[in-house]
Amino acid sequence: MSSETASATAQRARGLAPFLRSQMRNIAPFLTLICLFTFFAFASPSFATLDNLGNILTQVSITGIIAVGLTFVILCAEIDLSIAAIANVTGIAVAYFTLQESYVNIANVPLPGAVAILLSILLCALLGLVNALGLTVIGIPSFIMTLAMMQIAAGISALLVRGQIAYKVPGLITTLGSGSIGGIPWLVIIAALMLLGGHLVLTYTRFGRYVYMVGGNREAAEYSGLNVKLILGAVMVISAVCSGIGGMLGVAHFGSAQQNEFDTYLLDSIAAVVVGGTSLFGGRGGIGNTIVGLFVLGVLNNGLDHVNIDSFLKILIRGLILLAALVINVYAQRLREKAAE
Amino acid sequence: MSVGQQPILELQGITKSFGGVEALRGVDFALYPGEIHGLVGENGAGKSTLMKIIAGVHTEFSGRFLVDGQEMHFRSARDAHAAGIAMVHQELSVAPDLTVAENVFLGNQPTNAFGLVQWRRMAREAGEQLARFGIDVDPMARLGDLPIGLQQLIEIARVLFSGARIVILDEPTSALSPPEVERLFATLRRLREEGTAIVFISHFIEDILHVSDTVTVFRNGRKVAETASAATSKGALIEAMIGRGGEALEHSYTDDLMLPQPSASSVILKVDQLSLSRSLKDVSFEARAGEVLGIYGFMGCGQQELSRILFGKLKPDSGTLLVEGVPKTFASTAAARRAGVALVPESRRDMLFHQEPVYKNVSISILDRISTLLLKPTQERDIAKRQVEQLQIRPPVVGLDLGMLSGGNQQKVALAKWLTYPPKLLVLCEPTRGMDVGAKNDVINIVRDLRAKGLAIIVLSTEPETVLSLADRILVLKRGALVREFRNEPVSKDRLLEAA
Repeated sequence: MSSETASATAQRARGLAPFLRSQMRNIAPFLTLICLFTFFAFASPSFATLDNLGNILTQVSITGIIAVGLTFVILCAEIDLSIAAIANVTGIAVAYFTLQESYVNIANVPLPGAVAILLSILLCALLGLVNALGLTVIGIPSFIMTLAMMQIAAGISALLVRGQIAYKVPGLITTLGSGSIGGIPWLVIIAALMLLGGHLVLTYTRFGRYVYMVGGNREAAEYSGLNVKLILGAVMVISAVCSGIGGMLGVAHFGSAQQNEFDTYLLDSIAAVVVGGTSLFGGRGGIGNTIVGLFVLGVLNNGLDHVNIDSFLKILIRGLILLAALVINVYAQRLREKAAE
Repeated sequence: MSVGQQPILELQGITKSFGGVEALRGVDFALYPGEIHGLVGENGAGKSTLMKIIAGVHTEFSGRFLVDGQEMHFRSARDAHAAGIAMVHQELSVAPDLTVAENVFLGNQPTNAFGLVQWRRMAREAGEQLARFGIDVDPMARLGDLPIGLQQLIEIARVLFSGARIVILDEPTSALSPPEVERLFATLRRLREEGTAIVFISHFIEDILHVSDTVTVFRNGRKVAETASAATSKGALIEAMIGRGGEALEHSYTDDLMLPQPSASSVILKVDQLSLSRSLKDVSFEARAGEVLGIYGFMGCGQQELSRILFGKLKPDSGTLLVEGVPKTFASTAAARRAGVALVPESRRDMLFHQEPVYKNVSISILDRISTLLLKPTQERDIAKRQVEQLQIRPPVVGLDLGMLSGGNQQKVALAKWLTYPPKLLVLCEPTRGMDVGAKNDVINIVRDLRAKGLAIIVLSTEPETVLSLADRILVLKRGALVREFRNEPVSKDRLLEAA
């Protein structure tokens, strides 16, 4: 056939090693997952059961929903540290707009369920927009901008609940957050749908291509006549909305809305994206990587419970695994650059 | 170089390959103390690879490497440095926020017994060194505040006076004005008297013939000729470089060239009283359909800023832009693109996505024309294939990562981005910089084709040859102001240089 096939074959024939090296980013997280899974399967008879797999899926769902938006942000070589705080404030807002039992001492504003949900989503979109404007119009680095937003969102949460706990959320949210259909939790289905949606957008749409190109080489994207600021702004809003959805469903899942409820989700979401192999330098990776990362984290968290480890040691082990993943992430980038030379 | 003298550096049978492609094949090279050795060859001929081996950048190769007759094997650039070898790379690598003196002494500032930097001594010695080089500048000035040409001279001075016995200069003159080039050459000659061995790489063959004692020519990874400079000519060197009749290909532009009658076609771009802080002062001109407007000036004359303003990347302090009579203030490069303006900047790194395949590089600027929401990869590949065929990009594989292509082919991809839906105004910065003669001619032909299609084209360059080979009308930009227009009159390299 054409010369294209011929030279493509030639390129492949140049060796499996360079190919594997360039794919290191995708292979390493998958190997980690298999190793962890095998280890826990042997270490604990209760780990590799169908029931427990279901548990793991449920446990990673909220992180998964938040990580969808974060994947967009990290692909653009930016970061969003406000995800957990925005999830928290959105979850609190949806409860704030719902009629609570009389013993809940919050001066809230009961509204119809649909309006409550809509207002909450507007709130998180608005906070995302503030992030976007700070990053693109004013030019504050996303690391600092979202650090400030983390405080702002926590502040709004505090003002809304004033140290109290709210329990009621709109019926739809309760169903999606804690109900199930045919034995499968709605939460898992929503997470799967959002991950799928994120993947389709990133892979098959023009916007998705722009995200990768802006992350790959921002300067070149600008010289190609792309509206880089618009794209960066859009990913910040997407990230905030995903976080908000995760927050609302999370509140329903936990059965309560209160301050600092989502704090662990910041690190977990970043870890899921990065452990999965999405490059912190932008332009490489995707939702597929994030899914693998989610499972690595889920298996690790769940598995450590099964093997009866000191719960304080668990925190240290998670930190070490995250460090290892970051090391691999940076090395994979270097190996790829070498392979491209 | 005297007969019987021992070479300070000797390479025998050097072979180096990158991913199965041989960049150097059995090259012998000898350098003598007190010699200026010129190196010429097309891009990808192997000059830079050989120099990087000498400077310890590439450490894996086969062949023998001798310094003062001793076999050596460098593991890093540090080792090379310790052996007295220093290199000035093509790209400026200075620390703009440090002072001139700190830059001159970068990495070996004089310190006292407590390890503290001796500022006064450093400033004095830096001033003395630079004065030897004919540079009169305050050693405590911030380097970034100086003109680019001067920064380059200071970087070269740093390497020349670092005590190295072997100095490699890769394209040192590209950013320098003619008087600065003369100053550099005078210094090189003085160092030669003192016994330093100098390797001088340049695309400017006149410079090579002017300053070097010996010239070596590379072609396709082999050394094809080595002669005394006095015994050769520009034509002979070009012929050796490209292996075919060179005279006709490389126009020297020393004789007058007649510019055509200015075109009377419609005005595409009108620039009025454009100013930008210290870079541009009241710049006004017009660009017409079917005309190539050349803008010539030395490095740092404001060309770069002008091109960025035209493409919406920089905002002018004052002045107006009119595209087809409509005033425009571009809020982003996207707005400029939609208004029909396209820019190819001088650096390919700024323009292309090296980790992405060729077809994505070609389609990125036109995605909104071929897809609304969903991507159409088949169509993208078809468009890219057509462009690759038309511009003869090698290898003709649109799925290959851009980084795998050679520099000249990457430059063609940068052009290809804009050609599927031709813009009204195409702004080209240094379109042929660093290209070999063949690729240069390809680009010249592409630009002529586009002019025939009725595009308004602006070519900005610091190389007179580039402007002369392409332009129908030439403006000269000097320190941010337009000082001369050549139209419908004879023009030559000398006249251009004189005006700038």
